[in-house]
Amino acid sequence: MTTSSLASTASIRRPPRGGTTGGGLGGAVATALADGVIAAAVAFLFTLPLVGLRTEIAIGGLAINTRFVEVAVAVALVFLGRFGLSLSAAGYPVPVLAAALAVAGASLAIDFPTAPLQLIAVAGGLIVAMIAGWTAYTGRSTLSRAERQKRMDAIGAKVQVWTIWLAPIAITFAVLLPFLPFADRRFLDIAILILTYIMLGWGLNIIVGLAGLLDLGFVAFYAVGAYSYALMAYHFDLSFWACLPLAGLFAALAGLLLGFPVLRLRGDYFAIVTLGFGEIIRVILLNWYQFTGGPDGIAGIPRPSFFGLAEFIRRPRGDDVAFHQMFGLDYSSLHRMIFLYYLILALALIVNFFTVRIRRLPIGRAWEALREDDIACASLGINRTNIKLAAFSISAMWGGFAGAFFATRQGFISPESFTFIESAIILSVVVLGGMGSQLGVVVAAFVVIGLPEWFRELEQYRMLAFGAGMVLIMLWRPRGLLSHREPTITLARRRFGRAAAATSGEAT
Amino acid sequence: MEYFLQQSINGLTLGAIYGLIAIGYTMVYGIIGMINFAHGEIYMIGAFIAVISFTVLGLFGITWVPLAVLIALVMAMVFTSVYGWIIERVAYRPLRGSFRLAALISAIGMSIFLQNYVQLVQGARVKPVQPIIQGSVSLMERADGFTVSLSYLQMIIILLTLVLMIAFWQLIMQTALGRAQRACEQDKVMAGLLGINVDRTISLTFVLGAALAGVAGVMTTMYYGVVDFYIGFLAGIKAFTAAVLGGIGSLPGAMLGGLLIGLIEAYWSAYFTIEYKDVAAFSILVLVLIFRPSGLFGRPEIEKV
Repeated sequence: MTTSSLASTASIRRPPRGGTTGGGLGGAVATALADGVIAAAVAFLFTLPLVGLRTEIAIGGLAINTRFVEVAVAVALVFLGRFGLSLSAAGYPVPVLAAALAVAGASLAIDFPTAPLQLIAVAGGLIVAMIAGWTAYTGRSTLSRAERQKRMDAIGAKVQVWTIWLAPIAITFAVLLPFLPFADRRFLDIAILILTYIMLGWGLNIIVGLAGLLDLGFVAFYAVGAYSYALMAYHFDLSFWACLPLAGLFAALAGLLLGFPVLRLRGDYFAIVTLGFGEIIRVILLNWYQFTGGPDGIAGIPRPSFFGLAEFIRRPRGDDVAFHQMFGLDYSSLHRMIFLYYLILALALIVNFFTVRIRRLPIGRAWEALREDDIACASLGINRTNIKLAAFSISAMWGGFAGAFFATRQGFISPESFTFIESAIILSVVVLGGMGSQLGVVVAAFVVIGLPEWFRELEQYRMLAFGAGMVLIMLWRPRGLLSHREPTITLARRRFGRAAAATSGEAT
Repeated sequence: MEYFLQQSINGLTLGAIYGLIAIGYTMVYGIIGMINFAHGEIYMIGAFIAVISFTVLGLFGITWVPLAVLIALVMAMVFTSVYGWIIERVAYRPLRGSFRLAALISAIGMSIFLQNYVQLVQGARVKPVQPIIQGSVSLMERADGFTVSLSYLQMIIILLTLVLMIAFWQLIMQTALGRAQRACEQDKVMAGLLGINVDRTISLTFVLGAALAGVAGVMTTMYYGVVDFYIGFLAGIKAFTAAVLGGIGSLPGAMLGGLLIGLIEAYWSAYFTIEYKDVAAFSILVLVLIFRPSGLFGRPEIEKV
């Protein structure tokens, strides 16, 4: 996995060398060999100590488990990949295409020492083949960055136009989903999880995507929401429906409180301080044993009732009516799942609706102005602190709602669920999808949350792929896949494509 | 008093380690204005290389302590340099000149990647290492038998840090590379016009910072005797706090900041609660950024249009 990311990033950041270089086949092969050897040497140093010499805990200290075959295979793969890319860029894409496909095919048949290496060989071969094919087709090795950004912007703008009919279709599908024949328990579970992250992503999108402030501690508000519901239910016996608004309120207050000191900061500093706050809240939750239960967390959090009217239980107590009796259905444990599904769907859609509408209000426009240029924004008489605070606490409020939902769905919470990695996952949902793009969040949530859930056996590679993906997306398209920087207001009505091209400058 | 002295010694040792990591943050921030979020992972990789080196050396029967430590240090510096170079080349260089947060997000991705890479290839369990340097000298003894002791290892850590920092300071102040580095820090375009290879200088800055973090990693392995794949995150944050406290971009600032953070952490653990010692570091970070963003020795940042 390491090596494939090296090889593929190498292809992405290749400097354009011009389509056809002189020197003939011999010169091209020599250059490509040199490139390949350098890449192989780097890969060798990268993998040698950590992959090649695995330390194992043994009796009386550590033992070394050598895995030099893996290192050799990884180095060979990197060499081949780099060699192929170099040769393809030097004007011989067709043989490279054939060879890469052959390597990918052969890798399927050969036994590799480990499965990941095989995956790298196949995927790497296909990637090289794709690049070579592209080169053969266009006669040029790579697109320049500006061209690439322009094309992706055009795609982003197109998707934005499609949203008008994509969104209703998606929502209809989401509403019908629980009644589709394949919607079993596991399927619904994953759907609920994805929707939770979509909601969190949309919440975070307000501060990251609209206001342009990188919040690395979003999980703190998620935690505040979850803990306020859990604690209120535990101490005061309040129901989910009473606590939901309160959880949002507490999270918003926390956002306001934490927001005050940090909003003078800009850019990276802001990011690091929010990260610090996120960790402080986690450490407090972990150590304030009397109040939060510390590492043991809080168990037995009540499940939501049907709007306080009926419980999702088989035999109701006393005169209460259970959900299935109320509607004359047979009891099924799926009812609660379906209800939770609709609950999170409704919450997520509320966040989305809110965001779409607030973008058109003065405050939404002020956020976008702040994102584009905060000095210009201040010179126009916008109070930066106020609008930042608003973005921060509104974002936090949605995080709090999502947290209360998380607590009631799980029935158990502990500080384990609110680590920095969680913040990073939510952030990547926003960033990979395209900052500011509502649709991008949905797409990214499916990729980031949905895929790993379906491929459980690859669980251990999940975070690895995730980190590599974050780097690759940034290299390839710094503002995210479907990023959408179309100003919501322009002087004259222009076509989407042209306007997007005009605002796509990357200099900030 | 004796207790305080003992804590000061412990804090200084800790601070030396933080200071070495902080130099990497401060130099990278000085030269390209970004937070190298993956720097903590470089330190963690340094610690792992030390574990691997000591184990391999043990298998080959090289047990003469100075040689073993020297080999581990060299190995850690070589490999962490390679990692530093790769990270800059792969994750940051293509983003130079792109919008500011892109580099930070890329750095976070790199950090997650490296952490999980090490977890995957080396296992998630904590790696214990036999103590390599033992023994200590007693400095003072209180009436009730509490002794203030300075272990040989602490002595070595503090001395080695001191030597490295002086050498590094000389490198920055006296050599051609250091001049190029300082020139790039002031104005990259102008430095480029005057014939300095800016890309190479930036690469070397990463390599140097990574090598120092590697040394810090070796020290941690020897000092604590346990290493896991997650140590880079907290140490990274604390070292970054040290760099900010000293004034980001300033070398003496990073060294002093590291010592201060180490001392504060030691006193906090000793006199308040050990559970909240990480909160101490984060609180200092927040307070410094709010009240004195330019740190102790830093130049105030001017907002330019």
